[in-house]
Amino acid sequence: MISAERLTKRRGSRTVVSDVTFRAEPGTITGFLGPNGAGKTTTMRMLVGLSEPDSGQALFFGGRYRDLPNPGRRVGILLDASAQHAGRQGREALAVSARTIGVPMQRVDTLLKLVGLDEAAAGRRVGKYSLGMRQRLGLAHALLGDPDVLILDEPANGLDPEGMRWMRRLLRDFADRGGTVLLSSHLLAEVEAIADRMIIIGQGRIQAQGTRAELLPQAGTIVEADDLDGLDAALHRAGLATHPADGDRRFVEADPEDVARAAMAGGIVLRRIGPANEASLEQLFFELTASGEPNPSSTTDPSLPEPTGVAA
Amino acid sequence: MSTTTLPIPTRWNPAGVNLGPGLGRLVAVELRKMTNTRAGFWLQVATVALTLIAVIVRCVVGDAADHTFAEVLNIAVRPAAFLLPVAGILLVTSEWSQRTGMITFTLVPRRSRVLGAKLVASLVLALAVLAVSVVAAVAAVLVASPGVDGTWAHLVPLIAQSAVYLTTGMVIGVAFGAILLASTPAIVVLSTLPVAWAALASLSYFDKVAPWLDTSRALDPLPHEVLNGTGWAQAATALALWMLLPLAVGTWRITRREVAS
Repeated sequence: MISAERLTKRRGSRTVVSDVTFRAEPGTITGFLGPNGAGKTTTMRMLVGLSEPDSGQALFFGGRYRDLPNPGRRVGILLDASAQHAGRQGREALAVSARTIGVPMQRVDTLLKLVGLDEAAAGRRVGKYSLGMRQRLGLAHALLGDPDVLILDEPANGLDPEGMRWMRRLLRDFADRGGTVLLSSHLLAEVEAIADRMIIIGQGRIQAQGTRAELLPQAGTIVEADDLDGLDAALHRAGLATHPADGDRRFVEADPEDVARAAMAGGIVLRRIGPANEASLEQLFFELTASGEPNPSSTTDPSLPEPTGVAA
Repeated sequence: MSTTTLPIPTRWNPAGVNLGPGLGRLVAVELRKMTNTRAGFWLQVATVALTLIAVIVRCVVGDAADHTFAEVLNIAVRPAAFLLPVAGILLVTSEWSQRTGMITFTLVPRRSRVLGAKLVASLVLALAVLAVSVVAAVAAVLVASPGVDGTWAHLVPLIAQSAVYLTTGMVIGVAFGAILLASTPAIVVLSTLPVAWAALASLSYFDKVAPWLDTSRALDPLPHEVLNGTGWAQAATALALWMLLPLAVGTWRITRREVAS
């Protein structure tokens, strides 16, 4: 269990992390979401004592990280997969840490196998690894001490789609067995796919946090039909609040199931039906994390439509 | 690369969760880190190889009567005296330049413990290299010396002084590494500063203090002359300036400096 209380970090006159407070609970995956430079990494570094907060504190199981007797056995950390000695073999890199935290060497081999680094890869120097391989080695390193908590900064970086799916499964499994996961990403889709709770951070501050449902309490259903008048009437009869949406669509303040029942009762054929919050969560993310300064990679012309995909 | 679906082996051994690494284990880890990288491994190989070459060359050239233990040992420790400080520097700076500090200092958050382990590991390595130098010197003298009087004079004091020479040299390396936290500047500073200092100290203005503060005068005689009281006092003051002071500054730096990402 992690709790951060009013963490604040200044660099010179600039406040890079301001008043960050959150909890990450056992059995859940908490996604730390924000654009690059929002303060995710700085916050994570403060959690584990690599950086001293100017004020505030972070607690693990109610105590400070540096007071954990053997932190590598309680908290698994992957902050930067490239932070490994380039001239050391992958297996040796794990062996050094295994020795430090007092786990047997066979655990190193078990984890190399788990993350899919074979004998040849394990014997290669880390300097020759691809980013994806480093990420896998970093995950193996984080899991080495059989921890209760995982802290992972951009763990999906450099993984191929198959690798991402594998990692999601691995983290889901870890959380389902009572583990606490805090991971960061600048990609909404990635956090959405895996996290139970989201913390949206922008300009060093937490802009919003909660489950998806809590972040989007107005979640509803988007529905599309040929017979829009009939649909409106059917929804009205069922007592569901309905608003016009783009095209031949309606936005309904209800679950898809209720909308489908209402349409069936009215004998209306639906072309399409689905939850409405995909687009709105993305919009929320952009609104909350907008820096005020124009982002050179995105359009600043307000007459152009909102970008529909999250920039990768 | 294959992805397996092995379950994470879990809660396999709760022992040791609340037991942090002791100093002995940390020292063993630091020794391993010094030799299990490409640079570290070849640095140790080079140290031993150059020691053997120096001893052999010393015994092939020159007058056989000069092949006393003191003379040969004096040559035998020179490669190590040059390369051990480099190993000491890398031992600290690689945590920053290779960014392994992010791992080291999260596994052992009390950085002073890590530095302590690095210092003890440095002593162990320096003594191991000394053992190689002494064995090589003894073997060379047995083979090459005609066995004149005084060949084995001051055997024990010279070995002890060489131990001081090599260990302090390596600790100086660790200290400079800790101050600069970057390999190249530390190696450059450590190899040029004493020379610049010696040049400055050779000015007649510094005649009085130079023997007390100049490492080349105060420390370099250690492997081949038995020091008297004044000699030890001069060695001690030079070490205070070149080892203890940098070590104190370096410790302060390491415990406070943010570990870069």
